[in-house]
Amino acid sequence: MSVVAAASVAHQSPTDPAGSKAGKSTSMDGVPGRRLTPYFLLLPAFLALLVFYILPTLTLASTSLQTGSLEEGYSLTWRWATYGDVITQYWPQFRRSFVFAAVATVLALLIAYPLAYTIARKAGRYRNLMLALVVAPFFTSFLIRTLAWRQILADHGWAVQIFKATGLMQLTDWLGLTQGRVLATPIAVILGLTYNFLPFMTLPLYTSLEKIDPGLLQASDDLYANAWQGFWKITWPLSLPGVVGGTLLTFIPAAGDYVNQQFLGSTAETMTGNVIDSLALQQRNYPSAAALSLVLMVAIVVLVAIYVKRAGTDELV
Amino acid sequence: MATITRPGPTRQQVRPQRSPGRWIREHLVTFFGLLALIYLFVPIFVVVLFSFNRPTGRFNYTWVRFSLDAWSHPCDVSGLCDSLLISLKIGLLATIAATILGTLAAFALGRHRFQGRSVANLLIFLPMATPEVVAGSSLLTLFINIGVPLGQLTIFIAHVMFCVSFVIVTVKARLAGMDPRLEQAAMDLYANKTQTFLRVTLPLVFPGIVSAALLSFSLSFDDFIITNFNAGSTVTFPMFVWGAYQRALPVQVNVIGTGMLLVTLLLVGLARLLGTRRKQ
Amino acid sequence: MSTATDVPVQQDLGTGLAIRSLSKNFGDFTAVDSIDLSVPEGSFFALLGPSGCGKTTTLRMVAGLEQPTAGAIYIGGQDISGMRPYQRPTNTVFQNYALFPHMTIFENVAFGLRRRKVDDVRTKVMEMLELVELSHLANRKPTQLSGGQQQRIAVVRALVNRPKVLLLDEPLGALDLKLRRQMQLELKRIQTEVGITFIHVTHDQEEAMTMADTIAVMNKGHVEQLGAPVDLYENPHSAFVAGFLGQSNLISAKVVSRDHDVLVLDFEGIRLTMPAARARTTEADIEIGVRPEKIQITDPGQPVPGDNTVDGIIIDASFVGVSTQYLVRTKGDEELTVFSQNTATTQRRVGDHVTLSWHPEHTFGLRAGSYDEAVAAEIAT
Repeated sequence: MSVVAAASVAHQSPTDPAGSKAGKSTSMDGVPGRRLTPYFLLLPAFLALLVFYILPTLTLASTSLQTGSLEEGYSLTWRWATYGDVITQYWPQFRRSFVFAAVATVLALLIAYPLAYTIARKAGRYRNLMLALVVAPFFTSFLIRTLAWRQILADHGWAVQIFKATGLMQLTDWLGLTQGRVLATPIAVILGLTYNFLPFMTLPLYTSLEKIDPGLLQASDDLYANAWQGFWKITWPLSLPGVVGGTLLTFIPAAGDYVNQQFLGSTAETMTGNVIDSLALQQRNYPSAAALSLVLMVAIVVLVAIYVKRAGTDELV
Repeated sequence: MATITRPGPTRQQVRPQRSPGRWIREHLVTFFGLLALIYLFVPIFVVVLFSFNRPTGRFNYTWVRFSLDAWSHPCDVSGLCDSLLISLKIGLLATIAATILGTLAAFALGRHRFQGRSVANLLIFLPMATPEVVAGSSLLTLFINIGVPLGQLTIFIAHVMFCVSFVIVTVKARLAGMDPRLEQAAMDLYANKTQTFLRVTLPLVFPGIVSAALLSFSLSFDDFIITNFNAGSTVTFPMFVWGAYQRALPVQVNVIGTGMLLVTLLLVGLARLLGTRRKQ
Repeated sequence: MSTATDVPVQQDLGTGLAIRSLSKNFGDFTAVDSIDLSVPEGSFFALLGPSGCGKTTTLRMVAGLEQPTAGAIYIGGQDISGMRPYQRPTNTVFQNYALFPHMTIFENVAFGLRRRKVDDVRTKVMEMLELVELSHLANRKPTQLSGGQQQRIAVVRALVNRPKVLLLDEPLGALDLKLRRQMQLELKRIQTEVGITFIHVTHDQEEAMTMADTIAVMNKGHVEQLGAPVDLYENPHSAFVAGFLGQSNLISAKVVSRDHDVLVLDFEGIRLTMPAARARTTEADIEIGVRPEKIQITDPGQPVPGDNTVDGIIIDASFVGVSTQYLVRTKGDEELTVFSQNTATTQRRVGDHVTLSWHPEHTFGLRAGSYDEAVAAEIAT
């Protein structure tokens, strides 16, 4: 093979870009792409979200400022007083929604954490099976599952009978949590909420825990930390992104839920969701329903913003 | 035979310290974990069990006796099977629409760099973070203000809206896991853009699209709150259950619930079987 | 815009690969800075350099996977710069192989042929698989193959299409040492048998020297030097090339006079000579280099084999089996590395006085400041 190779090193000469593609944007892998492609791909979904998510939020705001009735029709009167009315009138429900959701979130965290931990660190080859088992119950209808709790917590059912027999019922009665029965009490509603949102808490926790390098705990053992310290100083902080994700995914829907309340709670103690449902679908008082919805939405956004800021993680999607 | 021996005291076998505390601690977490898993299945067990019940009253809350009546006559209850069909129909249509829209968008977000990507990501995320009450009531106000009559169309629209985000997230994740060099290799081997997409990209992303579609269907089929706000006089299956709760709760509801569980378990099992067979 | 119809330009493009003034910028960063290369058809050409020097970017531009900011690429005189990858007569062997996981080995190798609607796919594919002795794996999936097997499939998947130029992007990086050595020989054999132009990108200088007919050493987007392995090694034109290919001593000296084609130098008062043609500078200050294996080490007072002689004391000795590496300090505190084959019967020790000598023809001369440049580039020893 001849080794003739003309070599010239680094001389500048004016050349025109030979390729017609030289100016256009490239896709992430360097494969040349047309500049407009992403916009076209995104357009249908974007339009859908614009019309059916952004726009409704605007109409929600607008409706909340309207007055009228079903017969007379509604007109935009900029009646800000609706907000005041709605907040003062339904403040108990409002508070109840957040309290129930918060308690349910904490309970879900306490229950889901060992579960997620077991799957992530102790399941070995059963891991995928266990994950499937966590998700499987949620293939039955949400409502049917909640009704099942009604069956379980029925006044004359075995569960409540056992509970009474152990004498715990007297304790909870005394604490004001139950009144001789479990159904139609806040306890039942919270239990229902906790149960229904358990996978939303478990899966993000699992993802976070699974990423933790097992070598870290071995190192902590080696450095004289006992199991509790190892957990508190290493596992817990590293699982925080999962904790934040899970608590958000649980709290947000729980605050707006009303199915659990309807099936398991008493009519005297409703949540914000029940009120909005009743206002919108039974009383047809759309302005109040809209106002209450917006207030709920804003309250949740504010709470979430404060929470995320304090937790310090911003990995949400 | 000469052996080399060490002078000095022989060393004793040291057994690793195993305090009872350690055993409990190691297995405590697992114990609670498994307990939680059992807890997850209690209501399911109840649902299945009570589908074999023959209640005396209008409500299916206490066990009376075993019977296969409900299973043999699933559609005896008026309105139940109709609502089931409507749920299935809307679920199917909404799944198709959401999957198409979402897959296109996922490709845009996952494969291209463009202006406004972060805004788009935020917009995708918002519907997933909104409580259903708010989403449902806001769509209701839209339809009222525009004057669209409530019914299957509005339900369909509502379902597509909240499913799209989930589809995008699922497909985008699958896309991100795909080695971009595979597409480059295909182009290097004379496949033009269409051929590359059809022969390399699509087959590899397909499992993600399928799981997004399944997720979408189950979200749509099971949805109550958003549907309730936008249904008008149409009754989907969850709405039927909601209504039946107050009037009379038929055993057939449990039958359908059990049926749903069985069908899904079957599909999942089938998928795993196909998956393992492909590997061989 | 240069096109294939510009006759004057076409004439010196040859039948192989020609790159003219090729540049690539990523925002402010210049990855490839206006390089020119001509690779004869049928040769094994290596692009050698440290990471970030622009070699992979250059390769990808030839493949069509990156768009040049400026410049043109020609194959067989034809301007391919504007073509999409699937329009070019090139094929790439990717660093992590990029075998399609959802297709069998057979389908992977057949992929390019099918897209081009070539006849007789089966025969061609099996022929290629037999070339690398993997025809028994035709129906397996890529994940079922070992790294070495995947690597060979990646090569034949590209080769089966008979490209004019085969581009290899550090294809041996993921293999262990023994397998890598084996594959180096294998690739060279295939290239010789098939006769296609190979462009091989690597950061491993041993690999490049083993396999290539011609090497282009790249650094920071430029081609530092281009030539046959032996030329690059024995007569490097810069400290970078000297340090990147093997090890080298670099010492400062002054040019005293020039006698025909011999340069007379003064180093610490000692008279040294070297061929004038091997000096890259005409200044009075020069840095001269000698490869450690070219220096002979003898006891003081003994007859010396080479004409350039320097005395010193051994300050370090490392026994490496085949050879011993000595570090010798001269009177003027310069330290010279010497690789000495262990043929002597006496072991030399730290503190011994020795005489170093080498042939003038083994000296190369670089401009002053080269050593500092090499240190800055972190390749000086």
